[in-house]
Amino acid sequence: MAIGVTVVRRPDGVSYLRATLKGMALTFGHLFQRKVTMQYPEEKSQPGYALSSRWRGTHRMLTDEQGRAKCVACGLCPQICPANCIKLVPGEDEEGHRYPLIYEIDEFRCVFCGYCQEVCPEEAIHVGVHYENAEYDRARFVYDLERLCAQTHPVSSLWDPSDPRGE
Amino acid sequence: MSAELKGFLLVAILKIVVVFTAINVGVMMVIWAERRISAWMQDRLGPNRVGPQGLLQSLADGVKNIMKEETTPVRGADRTLFYLAPMMSFVPALLTFCVIPFAAPLPGFDVTWPLVGRLAYTGDIPMVVADLPIGFLFILAVSSLGVYGIVLAGWSSGNKYALLGGVRSSAQMISYEIALGLSAVSVLLVAGNVTLSSVITLQQQSVWFVFALTVGFVLFLISAFAETNRLPFDLPEAEAELITGYHTEYSSMKFSMFFIAEYAALMTMSALIATLFFGGWDVPFTTWDEGPPSVLGTLVTGAVFFVKMNAFVFGYIWVRWTLPRFRFDQLMQLGWKVMIPLALGYIVIIATVVYVLGAMGWEVRLAYGLALFAVNIVLMVALLWGVDRGRLLVGSRQRARMAA
Repeated sequence: MAIGVTVVRRPDGVSYLRATLKGMALTFGHLFQRKVTMQYPEEKSQPGYALSSRWRGTHRMLTDEQGRAKCVACGLCPQICPANCIKLVPGEDEEGHRYPLIYEIDEFRCVFCGYCQEVCPEEAIHVGVHYENAEYDRARFVYDLERLCAQTHPVSSLWDPSDPRGE
Repeated sequence: MSAELKGFLLVAILKIVVVFTAINVGVMMVIWAERRISAWMQDRLGPNRVGPQGLLQSLADGVKNIMKEETTPVRGADRTLFYLAPMMSFVPALLTFCVIPFAAPLPGFDVTWPLVGRLAYTGDIPMVVADLPIGFLFILAVSSLGVYGIVLAGWSSGNKYALLGGVRSSAQMISYEIALGLSAVSVLLVAGNVTLSSVITLQQQSVWFVFALTVGFVLFLISAFAETNRLPFDLPEAEAELITGYHTEYSSMKFSMFFIAEYAALMTMSALIATLFFGGWDVPFTTWDEGPPSVLGTLVTGAVFFVKMNAFVFGYIWVRWTLPRFRFDQLMQLGWKVMIPLALGYIVIIATVVYVLGAMGWEVRLAYGLALFAVNIVLMVALLWGVDRGRLLVGSRQRARMAA
């Protein structure tokens, strides 16, 4: 027998009648209790039932004041990505600033580990607190740079080792 | 065509159409109610999107089911019976309601309308589709036909689980049919008649038979659960063991017909309990509804009958979402070793009491009912004492311990 299991001794004669009535009273009581259902499309969160700020959803690229992607095409995110879902082709302008010519994330391959956000030195690429991603076409799940920059949802705070419980 | 015949045809057709429509709409509403109430009991909300409060959910499901593909098992299925089975369970379920009086009679009429001419109906119009002199026997006969649909569905599917469901259901329904019939014999003994309208009249004159025949009511209620294949006796379906049993292989509207039949049978049983034991359309504590027929009286008594019937529908739903399922041997043991002997013994006692009261020259009036009530209180206490604490019903665990 497994450790810590107590065997409850059952009473000799079980009163089926009383047990039935007790059960009926219980279910009747539940008729009038507060319901836990969240009415999803209208209601997206309830006290105690909201998305965590550490939620890792589809990506978002942050932009600077001029509306350009903050990315400097350093190549760290495709390097660290365990699912190999980031495609980055770097470019350089006349003043020597590096920028991404092509920056694509295949959200189907992505495992949402959040390493890209963690490794990014410019705090450009982020995983988002977001989950409504339906599309009519598989090809639409490869997010290009323009699409990544256009996302507006909040970004993940990830897990902070100094604050492991997120308090 | 004489004026009387025309009047009779008009009334008959109207009653058939109204009752047929009411049952089908009622089935939709009961399915919705079952889903909502079960959800509430589990602290959920249930279907609340289609129409106000989700009332049209069943309609949407019906439309969906008609649109869906009909599949037929290719190997091992008997196509003819496979198509016949849903109808065989659908028709008796709708048919049984036609002998249940659902309101006080309407006054007769004698009118002359353009086009159709003179229409007449002499005497009161009974608010029952067919006021058969064999009322209750008709219900027993037709409702047991429903088992054919289930058995044939299970057998013609060529699927072992479906077959098991069908076999179980036939065993169960045959066993509990006996207890159901026997427990209702007490009502017929007191009423001295099997016409449901006269059963109602007698309850108006004395007391509701739930007081005069309490034990009979309890036995009837339990058998009715088994008869309609509802939990705790839903062994023919037994989702966990038989993947819904006899209708495993059915899809689209054929499946829906089993579903409708089940709920129609549920409503009929509730209506029957209300009629046999709760005074049918009788308005309690008043006598004006027993006076000369009037339109208002019909409407009010109809509403009262509706409330009584739905109280039992709610009871069925409530029990279903509370109790777990019996094991099959427990079901058979309860049926043959407990229900049938109890019902038989009860008949003997009630027959004796009825004979004695008859010999004393008592009419079926209030005092007669109260005398029966006194007898039933004693019997009920004895029954509860016997059933409770394992004196009559013993769990398998306890039996093993007693044998040791």
